[in-house]
Amino acid sequence: MDILRFATAGSVDDGKSTLIGRLLFDSKAIFEDQLEAVERTSRDRGTEYTDLSLLTDGLRAEREQGITIDVAYRYFATPRRKFIIADTPGHIQYTRNMVTGASTADLAIILIDARKGVLEQSRRHAFLTTLLRVPHLVLAVNKMDLVDYSEERFEEIREEFTSFASKLNAPDLTFIPISALHGDNVVSRSENMPWYNGSSLLHHLENVHIASDRNLVDVRFPVQYVIRPQRATDPALHDYRGYAGQVAGGVLKPGDEVMHLPSGLTTRIASIDTYDGPVEEAFPPMSVTLRLEDDIDISRGDMICRPNNQPHAAQELEAMVCWMTDASKLGPRTKLTIKHTTRTARALVRDLHYRLDVNTLHRDESAQALGLNEIGRVSLRVTQPLFVDDYARNRLTGGFILVDEATNNTVGAGMVVEAR
Amino acid sequence: MLQRDYTTSQLDVLEAEAIHIMREVAAEFERPCLLFSGGKDSIVMLRIAEKAFWPAPIPFPLMHVDTGHNFPEVIEFRDRRAEELGARLIVASVQESIDAGRVVEETGRRASRNRLQTTTLLDAIEDNEFDAVFGGARRDEEKARAKERVFSFRDDFGQWDPKNQRPELWNLYNAKIRKGEHIRVFPLSNWTELDIWDYIRREGIEIPSIYYAHTRKVFERDGMLLADNPWITRGDDEPVFEAVVRYRTVGDATCTGAVQSNAATVEEIIEEIAATRITERGATRADDRASEAAMEDRKREGYF
Repeated sequence: MDILRFATAGSVDDGKSTLIGRLLFDSKAIFEDQLEAVERTSRDRGTEYTDLSLLTDGLRAEREQGITIDVAYRYFATPRRKFIIADTPGHIQYTRNMVTGASTADLAIILIDARKGVLEQSRRHAFLTTLLRVPHLVLAVNKMDLVDYSEERFEEIREEFTSFASKLNAPDLTFIPISALHGDNVVSRSENMPWYNGSSLLHHLENVHIASDRNLVDVRFPVQYVIRPQRATDPALHDYRGYAGQVAGGVLKPGDEVMHLPSGLTTRIASIDTYDGPVEEAFPPMSVTLRLEDDIDISRGDMICRPNNQPHAAQELEAMVCWMTDASKLGPRTKLTIKHTTRTARALVRDLHYRLDVNTLHRDESAQALGLNEIGRVSLRVTQPLFVDDYARNRLTGGFILVDEATNNTVGAGMVVEAR
Repeated sequence: MLQRDYTTSQLDVLEAEAIHIMREVAAEFERPCLLFSGGKDSIVMLRIAEKAFWPAPIPFPLMHVDTGHNFPEVIEFRDRRAEELGARLIVASVQESIDAGRVVEETGRRASRNRLQTTTLLDAIEDNEFDAVFGGARRDEEKARAKERVFSFRDDFGQWDPKNQRPELWNLYNAKIRKGEHIRVFPLSNWTELDIWDYIRREGIEIPSIYYAHTRKVFERDGMLLADNPWITRGDDEPVFEAVVRYRTVGDATCTGAVQSNAATVEEIIEEIAATRITERGATRADDRASEAAMEDRKREGYF
């Protein structure tokens, strides 16, 4: 059994909570005491139906205001897979939350109301999903029951969205007509839509192939922590020096020739250690400890790669940045702390090339700054080289966060473009 | 061409993520500590810590906030486990907080030291100058926890502000704090109760005996079976009887209920949990029943 992480986008009106509620309920991930609590709260509030959004809206302020404030994580499993849902709210702080939820997602579900068709909001969701390089996208055309399960309507929406998505560099795209309320095509195929030959939503989630979404080609091992058990009672460990980290790309094997950055020195992997014994190979997302044949001065923030396949050692970065705070703005000469893989440095914004309108994809080159939830293309200068790849090639070596030096808050998320 | 598709099992993914989180903390903070109660989640967390730094010892101490009302089997297990690892164990005592006048003991039939733990915990964090504190909480446990970050910022009063959390993207965690503030770190955020048990089975991890079915003197209150113990006042309408029970969660004996069960092995426990229709906290924790937002309110104050 493996794990599929997916993000859901859409507002309450699109039936998102109903859909999640149904997936959880039908996979027995909602428990009786949770359901009773929701039913009680729904009754107290005078709601006619059991409001399944109360399952995910856990905070007091959310319940009081009837809104979702933050990304909520929900879990369910079928015999085939474990699922982690990043449920992102539809309105408040939308971009910031969607970007957060999508950053780790293997798949995103965008809900469209069959009556309303492709709205501005749907386009925004699709854009953010592709910006964050979520590898699989599902357009769930919901409320099919309210359009008489019409194939024609479904095809109209499919065509409209496909033509928009062609501008986006959209990944694997799947359209599924559903009714979350009645369960059509959610868990099993619906008898109400005999014209639909595809999978039910759950069947798709269980079977979509995600293993090859990871980068298994470019060896990238950001050194996270140096393990030196000097005080160990076992004298054999006195000289032990291991480089611990989580593989961010490629497949490493003992005996492989590797290069250390920033030194550029090469050596071979002596062994790949874990608590459970040495392993014959390591690949994403394994956390392992490398021992190398030669004694090289290596510390946290360094990178291990292959001599003939290196990331870019960059002090000048081009990136798309999403700004996540209303306490300040991002513009030329803003100074920030940047965290990329295991390396932290200081960064200076040299230029804001344009601000992107996430609804129309229009580039506003006259923009002077990015405010909360705005996205733009920036040039950064960093105080020490970062070992980066294009975000499109590797999300783990292409993504970074920006931290405000005064408040210590995480204020931006960046994706490297045109690494050179 | 790749020879195989490098599929990774869910437990391997969760373990790799938790190890990554632990190493980030060890690398970025001056004085971390790991909350170890002897409960199943903290036992799994401790095993992950062993794995993350092996063959070096765990580079931080363990801490337990002891209400003085804990099950003796669990306290014995806690001490033995810390000794086996050669780890330093700090016991922060709620009784001492009461004796020092930091908190006032609740009175009455429903008196519990559950809420008092927060003061003891925050005092211990301050006294030891801990800047990162590992907790075993999981997001599937409770709806307020479902929205909490892996690196959860606490201000200099130890408070959590759910509306003002730092965004958390990819596997990048923001460890920046000022003096006096700290981060609660939850490496098991993405684990479910069933994942914990599957892992305990896979790793062959020892757990305290009270997780397995045993005969115990109990009484019923609010639909829960509470152990007959010296720290709780029973009413005349709460007679003691013997039952075969086990614990799904392990906390303070005054507010942790047992469930009737014959599950005597990890396999039987997994079978039982896979079939259950009640959450572990709903079934066994009086502390969460206080109100709809009981957990959120306590977390805001600085609770686990």
